[in-house]
Amino acid sequence: MQVGQVLTTGILTDRVELSPLCAKGDDHLLPDRRTCRRKLTPIYRVTEESICAVIEMQDVWKEYPNGTQALNGISVQIQKGEFVYVVGPSGAGKSTFIKLMYREVRPTRGHIFVNGFNIERLKDHKIPLLRRSIGVVFQDFKLLPKLTAAENVAFALEVIGLSHKQIRKRVREVLTQVGLEDKMDMLPSQLSGGEQQRVAVARSLANNPAVIIADEPTGNLDPDTSWGIMRLFQHINDRGTTIVMATHNREIVNSMRRRVIAIENGMIVRDEEKGYYGYDE
Amino acid sequence: MMSRLFRHLREGIKNVIRNGWMSFASMSAVIVTLAVLGFSLILTFNVAQMSTDVTSQLEFSAFLNVNATQQTGSAIAAQIKALPGVESVQVISKNEGLAQMKKELGSEMGDVLNAFKQNPLPIQLVVKPVDPHQIDRIARQVGEIQGVATVRDPHQLAAAIFRTLAIVRDVGVVFVVALLITSMFLISNTIRITIFSRRREIEIMKLVGATNWFIRWPFIVEGMLIGLIGAVVPVLVLVYGYRSLYIRAKGVFSGLSFPLVQAGDLGVKLAVILLAIGLFIGLWGGVMSVRRFLRV
Repeated sequence: MQVGQVLTTGILTDRVELSPLCAKGDDHLLPDRRTCRRKLTPIYRVTEESICAVIEMQDVWKEYPNGTQALNGISVQIQKGEFVYVVGPSGAGKSTFIKLMYREVRPTRGHIFVNGFNIERLKDHKIPLLRRSIGVVFQDFKLLPKLTAAENVAFALEVIGLSHKQIRKRVREVLTQVGLEDKMDMLPSQLSGGEQQRVAVARSLANNPAVIIADEPTGNLDPDTSWGIMRLFQHINDRGTTIVMATHNREIVNSMRRRVIAIENGMIVRDEEKGYYGYDE
Repeated sequence: MMSRLFRHLREGIKNVIRNGWMSFASMSAVIVTLAVLGFSLILTFNVAQMSTDVTSQLEFSAFLNVNATQQTGSAIAAQIKALPGVESVQVISKNEGLAQMKKELGSEMGDVLNAFKQNPLPIQLVVKPVDPHQIDRIARQVGEIQGVATVRDPHQLAAAIFRTLAIVRDVGVVFVVALLITSMFLISNTIRITIFSRRREIEIMKLVGATNWFIRWPFIVEGMLIGLIGAVVPVLVLVYGYRSLYIRAKGVFSGLSFPLVQAGDLGVKLAVILLAIGLFIGLWGGVMSVRRFLRV
């Protein structure tokens, strides 16, 4: 697809098609990708980068109803296959920045595109489609305590309506990928913190997402375990999945050198390839 | 599609069981509500049948002056027969009246009547109108005929019965409506508690891209189950209760000798109505709580 074509189709639709260069291979798990025509709204700049961008924000502001100014004009592009750390002091807007990506919160102003979904125009009933194209991992794992590791992963697939056969196959695949193939039938309480986070990562991988968003995934883990999880993310990133990770872990950021986006007072104050954590504690 | 249906059903059943006591409480409310409703329905069906029965039998009596002869009796009877809307006039002579009264009073008391030298009873004319609703007008006209002493109107008795039953029914309706609303709120509250106890699952479901309806359905199924189980109990009790009553009474309400509504017909009607209402209040309770408490 040419840049010019994107200009015409991208403006008319709420979903910008990815160019073949950046198109994902495994779209079969995401059945409903119909694009719908809407009235014209200008997309600021459609460049080669923005076609390939998995996440793009253009001058995004967020003010919460209680008056908190969380974000004050954020513009950023994250390309397919990137590994990005989001750092910054607590309360600087990291969480809001992350939550905007899966439409947990809506921006007050600005444009956001994630996986080709136009977030500001995305209707509520289409949010599930966006979320199926994204994997999310949290500090507190968010596993269901009464379900086994396999059932926790299966839960995410059941929800999107796969058949039992497909679910069984996929659950085994992703649990093997995170190295838990022999602990599939254990309950979260029988697993260590690191293993629980691996289950959560497996669950986020289950839908074959183009991007994984992780909010302090190592926040609850000891250093050794954290490194294990980081190697897992590294491995997932090597397979082409984009990773956006909010973190407070200086040691990891400084030794596994990746792009670092630093947010302070709701603004991006630093955006470097192979950056440093950069905060003294 | 089928597997999804089964999943919602399974999750709904799980919800009911997981919330055992609250489910039980709201089921009980539905049971009481529908039992009262079912009882009033049985009453209403029978009263409806009774009232058609009674009105088709409605007639009144006119009494002539005591000294009127049999000829005047026949003449007045013919005159009444000529009035518009009169179906039949039956003449009960003085002797027939006396015999009937003796029979009604029984042998001992009947002897009292022997003390009269002359028959003290007047000639009685039993008038039956074509249309029972015309009975008041005809009775008035008959009362104006010369030679007619008094008109006795059995309609007054029936009217009194119907008035009482109508009040009972109206009070029942108010009662049932209040109970229905209470049940709905109880169901909705039960489901709210389930939603609260499953909020983690709901949160995760939302994060992994479950559609809103996928999240909602199990709770609506839960409501429908509570409503349905709450309806089955009173249906069974009332249908079997009424059937045994019907068999024992041999199809007749002995006190007033009116025929009862057939047990089979009534059972089917009752079951359909109560199950439908149970399902509906369950569904409504479910939809209400999903609307109000499930922020998806």
